[in-house]
Amino acid sequence: MEWLREYCSPRLEDEEIAQLLTMTGTKVEAIHTLGVREPDRFRVGLVRSVERHPDADRLSVCRVDLGGVEQGEEGLAQIVCGAPNVAEGQLVAVALPGAVLPDGTRLRSARLRGVQSTGMILSAAELGLEAESEGILVLDRSLLAGSLRDGAAPDPGTPLAAVFAIAGQVLELEITPNRPDCMAIYGVARELHAASGAALAQAPWSEDPGAAGPIEGVQISVECPQLCPRFTARLFEQVAIGPSPLWLQARLLAAGQRPINNVVDITNYVMLLSGQPSHAFDFDRLAGRRLTVRLARAGESLRTLDGEERALDEQTVLIADEEGPTSIAGLMGGERSEVSAETKRVLIEVATWDGPNIHRSAHALGLRSEASARFERGLHPASCMWAQALIAQLMAAVCQARPAEGTIDICAPDALAGGPEVALRPARVAALLGREVPTARQREILVALGFGVSEGQHGSLAVTVPPWRAADVSREADLIEEIARIDGLERLPATMPAARGLRGGLSARQRLRRRLADLLVDRGLFEIAGWSFCSAEDVAELRFGGEADPRGSAVALQNPLSDEQALLRTTLLISLRRVAAYNAARDRSDLALFEIGRVFARDRRACGSHPGAAAGIAEATMLGILASGRLAPASWRGADAARWDAFALKALLEAIAQALGVELRCDPAPDGRHPFLHPGRATEIVLAQARAPGGAGGRRGAGVEDASAGEEVIGWLGELHPLLPAGPLSGAVALELDLERLLDAAAAVRRRFQPISPYPALYRDLSFELPDSVPVERLRMAISTAQGRESLIERIAVKNVYVDEHMVAAGTRSVTVSLTFRRPDRTLSEAEVEELVDRAVRHAQAPDVGARLRGAEGAP
Amino acid sequence: MIEQIESIRSEALVAIRGAASSSELEALRVRFLGRKARLPLLLREVRMLSDAERGKVGRAANEARAQIEAEIEARAHALRVSELDERLARERDDLTLPGDPPLAVGAAHVISALTRELEDIFIGLGYSVLEGPEIETVHYNFDALNHSPTHPARDESDTFYIDAETHGGEGARLLLRTHTSPMQIRAMEAHPPPLFVVIPGRVYRPDSDATHTPQFHQLEGLAVGEGITLADLKGTLLAFARAVFGSEREVRLRPHFFPFTEPSVEVDVSCFACSGRGDLADGSRCALCKGEGWLEVLGAGEVDPNVFAAVPDTAANTPGYDPERVQGFAWGMGIERIAMLRYGIPDLRLYFENDVRFLEQLR
Repeated sequence: MEWLREYCSPRLEDEEIAQLLTMTGTKVEAIHTLGVREPDRFRVGLVRSVERHPDADRLSVCRVDLGGVEQGEEGLAQIVCGAPNVAEGQLVAVALPGAVLPDGTRLRSARLRGVQSTGMILSAAELGLEAESEGILVLDRSLLAGSLRDGAAPDPGTPLAAVFAIAGQVLELEITPNRPDCMAIYGVARELHAASGAALAQAPWSEDPGAAGPIEGVQISVECPQLCPRFTARLFEQVAIGPSPLWLQARLLAAGQRPINNVVDITNYVMLLSGQPSHAFDFDRLAGRRLTVRLARAGESLRTLDGEERALDEQTVLIADEEGPTSIAGLMGGERSEVSAETKRVLIEVATWDGPNIHRSAHALGLRSEASARFERGLHPASCMWAQALIAQLMAAVCQARPAEGTIDICAPDALAGGPEVALRPARVAALLGREVPTARQREILVALGFGVSEGQHGSLAVTVPPWRAADVSREADLIEEIARIDGLERLPATMPAARGLRGGLSARQRLRRRLADLLVDRGLFEIAGWSFCSAEDVAELRFGGEADPRGSAVALQNPLSDEQALLRTTLLISLRRVAAYNAARDRSDLALFEIGRVFARDRRACGSHPGAAAGIAEATMLGILASGRLAPASWRGADAARWDAFALKALLEAIAQALGVELRCDPAPDGRHPFLHPGRATEIVLAQARAPGGAGGRRGAGVEDASAGEEVIGWLGELHPLLPAGPLSGAVALELDLERLLDAAAAVRRRFQPISPYPALYRDLSFELPDSVPVERLRMAISTAQGRESLIERIAVKNVYVDEHMVAAGTRSVTVSLTFRRPDRTLSEAEVEELVDRAVRHAQAPDVGARLRGAEGAP
Repeated sequence: MIEQIESIRSEALVAIRGAASSSELEALRVRFLGRKARLPLLLREVRMLSDAERGKVGRAANEARAQIEAEIEARAHALRVSELDERLARERDDLTLPGDPPLAVGAAHVISALTRELEDIFIGLGYSVLEGPEIETVHYNFDALNHSPTHPARDESDTFYIDAETHGGEGARLLLRTHTSPMQIRAMEAHPPPLFVVIPGRVYRPDSDATHTPQFHQLEGLAVGEGITLADLKGTLLAFARAVFGSEREVRLRPHFFPFTEPSVEVDVSCFACSGRGDLADGSRCALCKGEGWLEVLGAGEVDPNVFAAVPDTAANTPGYDPERVQGFAWGMGIERIAMLRYGIPDLRLYFENDVRFLEQLR
């Protein structure tokens, strides 16, 4: 905050500034309080005398001049100090009674081994500047450089806070990827200026002590100007390497950067202030004193500052001297040319790198840094010279360096072209936002943000975009956003769109899907949301046989999080089984679960409009059900609770069919078609052809008319194969069907009223002996087709199925069906029903059915 | 005779009042009023009396008979009531026992249930519901949505890509959609303006911890027509916030950045736990909004002109999307996030474990 306020300081509390920034687009994630408390109790002191403590060898009794702030004898404070390096004449940092150190320690006056001590001479660690310190912090000239009156020694008693920031608030900001300019203190200050109206200080780089022109003895060439639009360099001589002054260290620490040495700290400081990263080379360690910017060659590698040997690929831009790579552009310098304590001459590189290229290289090398984050977002070449100007100021003030004459500046021809001019129609602001912003206010906001505004054509404003916004602002809508956010979105009214005459709502398919889900929930099923991901093992467990079954070849992810989630499920059975097992392991094995979700498969035959289709990937929405254990909780009346089996599940399927008005049939599944099912209890769900209303459909109420034709298999139903790992879920049943096709059919059903017959019905029960190999469905179909064009049969119901001792042939069972005869338009005669029954029996006894009539009776 | 009648009458009344059951009472009816009973016999003898006597005796006998009948009726009613009471007392069941046979009650998953609720809010505002593919192309997921070629969302650390071998390296690179926004483009390609749609669906990003799961769900909204403003977005989302979090809620828009909207905003809803004050009644800091008074719920903005430009003019979407003529807003909200806020669900992974004990709670 202290740093920010140097450039823009509205008369607001820190919290109010944070709120203002948040509401204008620079989100403050947190406000951290750093440093000491009671900063007024920290002062600069001058050690006037040091004497050995009478009773302790390691302690000294110091008399410290605090300019009269805390007076003892002769206007000096008596402080006991344990540091070996305390000496007469030192300027030191003193904490007085009442002061609170960064670690929370509150100081009091104390007697140390009988000697009164009114305060404490501080080490760098005690001030939070270092992790560990040996001895006290001595405020010598180099640590004061650049502060107060340009490094002049402060008077005793000066508040320590005037020397460097010993306390303060730090804002943690979330900077959106379009705003590299806000990854800089001065950029945030500009935002604050626009948002608050408080004055913005002149840009700190406006005075450049350097000069243009070539530098003697330095040669640089850029071989890839499209990836390096600008490269600038300056040389500094007689550089005194050492620790940075305290004010600089304090600012870096507040920004979360570790101070290293004054040259490196200056480059970091300048990046934090201007947003432009730079790099310092030890010029005397650059072979040949000439640098080349180029793409890496095959096999080249470099040992970077962090000591890692890094192999470079051929898209990585590097800076090479005559011995090879010495720095990776925009990412990290090389160890070979690192600035060290012995460095005398420093070459400062400030360049603009291509954002996408840096992004790519940073990823390829796993090297992400404060610098790469800024380059990736796209810096404008203009900011190179901001950084050079700031560095030149600081190298002189902090390192007493002497700049070599000249600046190397290799710049692509149009790199410095001004930002685009954008026309802004003031009326468009209200049209897009829904709130009037006066033109004068629009101008004011844009100017505050650094845009140039002049009168354009037809009443519009001609707006010039400053270089630091060139990547982000190029259109009228972008300018309107600037106006909207600074003017304050909280002022927007809350209105509703004027466009009316719209018909919202659900489609027939969507309504039916809700009906289906409600039906299942009301029948006691729990809906789950399973993982779309699965493992190779999950697929293999289901025993799909080879390429023929698309469910066996799952779509793989290129970058999965784990092997468990490496593939996409090919059937909902995978997620249903996983969830069932999870619950069974927690003593919940009476389960009825359903899921509506997507499945995916690599399927050369895939077609359709979804995006994967072109690449042979199928994606479909399915309904899956898995049930096991008891159908309902146990009864205290002792009745045996029914258990889920294939018939119970089929009853549920029939309920679905009735609710949706479609006809679903279960045909025996061909052997091996669904290898995860019990072969004797495996069926395929057939979306059946429409039957005429009042016909032999049996399961459909009158009044349902179906427009679709043809039959198709849309799923399967059965008991899970005993070979599947099941545990407590053995005997579980499941089904899966293609929800899209089911809903298409259901949505195509047109419901029409059918007259309710006033005529009485006639009833017959027919008992047959049916071979075990013949499904009852075939018998039912045989009877149904016996009636010819005029349908007399209203309903065919299976009354019972059993085996008794009177069976004539082996391998047969007794099947009784109840027939209901009725016409909507007339009373049926006994004779015509008898005739139809005879015909039905002949059909049933035909060789393809092979039933034998056991008896017939007219049921009431 | 009068004395006889009187004696029958008092005898009968005593007997009737003492009858303990319906059958006993029926026997009394026969005894006192039956064909062979004394009173009817007496009545038959009346005609043998003198005229003067006949009137008096007849009247007395008829009165006695009527009184006995009435008394029997009253007694019968009383007996029926008490006998029913007795039977009912015997039939008393302990209905504190559980219902039986028990009926299983399932539940929609909280994500579907909330999605449906959100759909219905926007259906009420005139929106339709669309769904889209979960496997998408780079074009629909990023390019058409104005993501710069280096936008970090494209990184493999932020997007699941489909293994190229899976589809033989043919065609465009495929991915699991990272948001429901690709359907903005698909919806505009298929339908001309005005367009008011919401798009629920599952999306994927490679993150996994208590606040991120590699799959999650969003509800996208898109409203495009003539003159649809940022203020309209605010009003629409205010209606949403009040429907979901309570009628006292307010919304605030904060400037933000999304590639496919301009201006872009993040939308906060005033905290429903502390009514936006940041503190609870006992003075402690609100744990839900961390004392902010606001809860971040979604990202939104006015559709970027480049997004409209990415929609090709086709026969289906005639007259097309000309940014000079149509404008509108879009938003994307996280279903899990809203459920988390509303039900206090601490860990996103609970949604996909599908523990029945979790599923039962929110039915």
